[in-house]
Amino acid sequence: MNIIRYILRRMVLSAFVVVGVTFLVFTVAQVVPSDPAALYAGPRPSAEQIAKARVELNLDAPLPTRFLTFASAMATGDFGVSYKSRRLILEDLKAYLPATLELAVFSTAIALLFGVPLGVMAAARQGRWFDRLASLSAIASVAMPTFFLAMLLQLIFSQWLGVMPLSGRTSREVGITDPVAQVTGFLLIDSLLAGRPAAFGNAMLHLILPALTLASYPAGVAMRLTRSAMIEILQRRHITAARALGLSQRRILFGHALPNAMGPALTVIGLSFAFALTGAVLVEIIFAWPGLGRYVSEAILAKDFPVIAAVTMVVTICYVVMNLIIDVAQALVDPRVALT
Amino acid sequence: MRRVIYRLGWPGTIALLCVMGFICMALFAPWLAPYPAQGAGAPNVVAKLSPPSADYWFGTDHLGRDVLSRVIYATRISLSNGILIVGFSLLIGLPIGLAAGYFGGWVDEALMRVTDVFLAFPALLLAVLMAAAMGPGFLNSVIAVAVTWWPWYARLARAEGMVLRGQPYVEAARLAGVSHPRIILRHILPATGRPLTVQAALDVGPALLTAAALSFLGLGVLPPDADWGQMVDAGRKFFPARWWYSVAPGLTIFLVALSFSVLGDALRDRTKGPSRASA
Repeated sequence: MNIIRYILRRMVLSAFVVVGVTFLVFTVAQVVPSDPAALYAGPRPSAEQIAKARVELNLDAPLPTRFLTFASAMATGDFGVSYKSRRLILEDLKAYLPATLELAVFSTAIALLFGVPLGVMAAARQGRWFDRLASLSAIASVAMPTFFLAMLLQLIFSQWLGVMPLSGRTSREVGITDPVAQVTGFLLIDSLLAGRPAAFGNAMLHLILPALTLASYPAGVAMRLTRSAMIEILQRRHITAARALGLSQRRILFGHALPNAMGPALTVIGLSFAFALTGAVLVEIIFAWPGLGRYVSEAILAKDFPVIAAVTMVVTICYVVMNLIIDVAQALVDPRVALT
Repeated sequence: MRRVIYRLGWPGTIALLCVMGFICMALFAPWLAPYPAQGAGAPNVVAKLSPPSADYWFGTDHLGRDVLSRVIYATRISLSNGILIVGFSLLIGLPIGLAAGYFGGWVDEALMRVTDVFLAFPALLLAVLMAAAMGPGFLNSVIAVAVTWWPWYARLARAEGMVLRGQPYVEAARLAGVSHPRIILRHILPATGRPLTVQAALDVGPALLTAAALSFLGLGVLPPDADWGQMVDAGRKFFPARWWYSVAPGLTIFLVALSFSVLGDALRDRTKGPSRASA
């Protein structure tokens, strides 16, 4: 019963948060010092053009009315038109979102694959040199600025060693001369659907550096969280019992201790996903990755405010939903969570 | 010195020295920089984009300015950026958190739901939205990051406020007829000072990282002023062929953030108890 009440409460709170987020994005949109109508009307507009734009954008309506219009437009996916390109923002989002999600899924997987086992091994060798080294690299990966790591990887692996492509989602030969038919927008899936292993390999190769960049921070956090959870669990009695039974160290660590430390792993999935979605803003411009991040950073330079607001809304709502799912999963895995 | 090493361990001590070193770098930039005029922004076109050498340890930028001098001068902006972000965040978060924790009930519920909304945003994105709305500039970028930062202090302060509310001396003050604002200001705030200041001082590192990311996106200080994030971005036009332009400021950001987190870990271990001091 407790769990159901907990889940319901979390859902109500999330709904409240979504309303709050909408309100906040709308409020920030109101304090733009540069006149949105002037931006909308194009370069060097006349007074009439600005007046016309004000009517078109409904800027003269009272604030509460404008908020309701804004909220209902957001709810129906009507994000308006980009000031700069005059294209529908919704169409742009559909085109760019898959590339960013591909990156987010991959970096999350890498973060877990490296972070969790390293955390387990560090906990098993607590205080020894392996633990210290792993802990230090975890701190370093958290302290590393994402945009600088991206450039460093480019410098080392593309420029100096020449083993990785510098940027882009595919090579020019695949991307322009012989593009893969778009079905899902996820290039890895599309190239497999088209039965083209070479294009798949090419896309994979382009994915590695940006995904590694985005995985570094969450991998460090995953390592530290897993390590501290494991250290606590390894002192419990059922581990001593397992030791007394003569089970191998590996079975104790991965069979008996790690399942109890799944809470942090779930937390990391959420964190890593969120980090990939925001970090994309920094990483995608460096790797010329055609995703949401590059879309936003171009919008920043062009002061294309509706685009920035739309992406903030979409990513934040993804983030809220993700957090809700993880909270619920955590309560199902560990019912004690619901008691607090 | 020996006591510091004993308390913080070697990594913590080195990190503390690094943090102090960077603060000195900011304070004494004109005396430490090999080319103070170039550090402050004067161009030196005869030596455009020259690689690292004995004259220019970190090479020169697209206007021929010594990158080392520029990095040293940028310390002033980057560090004050971090400190101001934390300061502003405390200014917003502390009163809200303490009020929520002290009063409890519907005040707590209302204030914390507002806090939740701010926490729901991925931090960098909200900062980008704010900064884009207000336009680039030093103070604007500080405010933009502080807006995403204060909820953490509100939560910390709320926890403190809830504990202290039940303390006998606070109850005594209330029985003596002291007003609520005065209790919060004179009896609760001083008691929360220590844990929060330690946390806040350590947050300068991560705050500076976020500020650097904003500058990198072109939402921070404007030239001729420079901070590290903006320098990395400026060097990107010449990257990777002229790598030194971006690498020097980038490594500096990394070192500062690393020093703060190692120091933070050392302090946290220390508060856990003496058993770990030997490790």
